[in-house]
Amino acid sequence: MRLLTGNDLKTGAVIWWTGQDWSIHVEDAVDVGAAGERILAEEEAARRVNGGGLIAAEATADGPRPAHIKDRIRALGPTVRPDLTLKPADPDVGNWVI
Amino acid sequence: MYRYDQYDQAMVDARVEEFRDQTRRRIEGQLNDDQFKPLRLKNGLYLQLHAYMLRVAIPYGTFNSEQMRKLAHIARTYDRGYGHFTTRQNIQYNWIKLDEAPDILAELATVEMHAIQTSGESIRNISADQYAGAAADEICDPRPWAELLRQATTFHPEFSYLPRKFKIAVISSKEDRAALRWHDCALRIVRNAAGEEGFEVYAGGGMGRTPFIAYQIRDFLPAQQIFSYLQAILRVWNLHARRDNIHKQRMKILVHELGEVEFRRQVEEEFQTFLALGTDFPQAEYDRIAEYFTPPPFETGLSDDIDRSDPAFALWVDQQVVAHKAPGYAIANISLKPIRGIAGDISAEQMDIVADLAERYSFDDVRATHAQNLVLPHVRKADLYAVWQALEAAGLADANLDLITDIIACPGLDYCSLANARSIPIAQKIAERFENMERQLDIGELKIKISGCINACGHHHAGQIGILGVDRKGTENYQLLLGGSGAEDTSQAKITGPGFDEAGIVDAVERTVERYREIREPGERFLDTYRRVGLDAFKEAIYG
Repeated sequence: MRLLTGNDLKTGAVIWWTGQDWSIHVEDAVDVGAAGERILAEEEAARRVNGGGLIAAEATADGPRPAHIKDRIRALGPTVRPDLTLKPADPDVGNWVI
Repeated sequence: MYRYDQYDQAMVDARVEEFRDQTRRRIEGQLNDDQFKPLRLKNGLYLQLHAYMLRVAIPYGTFNSEQMRKLAHIARTYDRGYGHFTTRQNIQYNWIKLDEAPDILAELATVEMHAIQTSGESIRNISADQYAGAAADEICDPRPWAELLRQATTFHPEFSYLPRKFKIAVISSKEDRAALRWHDCALRIVRNAAGEEGFEVYAGGGMGRTPFIAYQIRDFLPAQQIFSYLQAILRVWNLHARRDNIHKQRMKILVHELGEVEFRRQVEEEFQTFLALGTDFPQAEYDRIAEYFTPPPFETGLSDDIDRSDPAFALWVDQQVVAHKAPGYAIANISLKPIRGIAGDISAEQMDIVADLAERYSFDDVRATHAQNLVLPHVRKADLYAVWQALEAAGLADANLDLITDIIACPGLDYCSLANARSIPIAQKIAERFENMERQLDIGELKIKISGCINACGHHHAGQIGILGVDRKGTENYQLLLGGSGAEDTSQAKITGPGFDEAGIVDAVERTVERYREIREPGERFLDTYRRVGLDAFKEAIYG
């Protein structure tokens, strides 16, 4: 599957295209298929996303999992500061990245 | 330290308002990302893996308690409670919001700080010996020259759109604590036979994808001619640089393609042109700037004795305290490399404590080092115990300067959008493996430097043990390098062979260290042994 991601223009937060809007949670991301480029162009023009791009991911029972470790770290937060990730209370969160 | 005059303040304030307007136009859609990106980079604002990152300049690594408290305030108010000291004596924040960036710059301007020249194709923040003005072995304080060059090059139109970034370092001692020859242009203050001050000039150094050690292109340049000579170097680079190829734009590529002799010839030719223009600093201007760096009023008649009855304190003194030029004083290094910590990271609360210590015990003077540590440069020996106690209570009293756990590590893939692999977890695992203090002391000086990509922000080319993280088909992989140095015995580390995974690289480092312990001769550092026996003697231990 292909996910559309980028950063929020104002906050810089990593965001994912949900089909209708943007979410900071990769679990909310949808497969954009061949429509990715068009959606990205529209959203960048509307200044709802910055530095956008399309990435590969696999569908899992827990939602999309980006194929590359860099995108998994983007999705979660720094592996060396669990307290700063999106799931600070999850002790197994590192396994999802690595 | 240098203090802004009305012109400096007006320029920095104007720059803040200019950026505020640019940011507003970006948010309102009058500027697109392609237009805005070079503008934000000129103000030190990057877009990194998780958010915007702001890199704040600390000229030649010198700052005071008011500035440190402001950095703490920014960490608390605009970021997530911490900052990260970099390998170029700067500090950066990892969680900045675009619409708050102008406010941060405005806050910085109130304490004479900014983020100019921390990014983009400019002359970057000039670095220097972190012990400047305090070191027992320096000829003079190199910072007046660094400040003069900073002022002369900031906003200079010819240097505003350079082919690529340009890094300068200035020192004035034989011991090189600033990785001098890894810079595009490096200056070491020396005295000639007549006792006159001048510069050894080096050019063409740099790390990154294509590492080069700078050539010495002048063994003595009269000090007052430095700006002419620097302009000549930059002019030759500007004339010939490969602006068409990002991998060949750095000056080191030009210097090494032209060759040492031809590059020097062209620089000397341009130098004559600049000399005739009379653009060098008048003596009065040097004197004006140098006055800001007048040594603090050191007390006289102080004892050099240190009460070493507390063994933990004695260990810290042995490892972290360095000779000062003034009797009764010492230079105290503050480690930002706690075991299981993150190299260079410091919390807002710790920043405030260091600010308090600087104000109370070090003539309001703090330094940042390129090795991602801090320094209190002027501490009375009689006050060292009180300083150590405060550092101990703040978690800042690790005694590991230049030991195997004092690891330089770039932010790597945990934060950086350019990185291919994580650096920080590797540094943490190595530090944990060698946590035992007796073992660290037995190993002695061993500088490990880790980069998460070929851009080499973690200085792996200069590591006695260097580690480079690469992406091998989507998996982190680590190359091991041996034999580098960023000191006066500069050398480039060599790759040992095939890379390792995350666990394997830690084991490989340990096998390397154990081989060193087996074959070292009395008094040899790791680097000395490596240079005596060569790479092959270690390869067998590393790869079996």
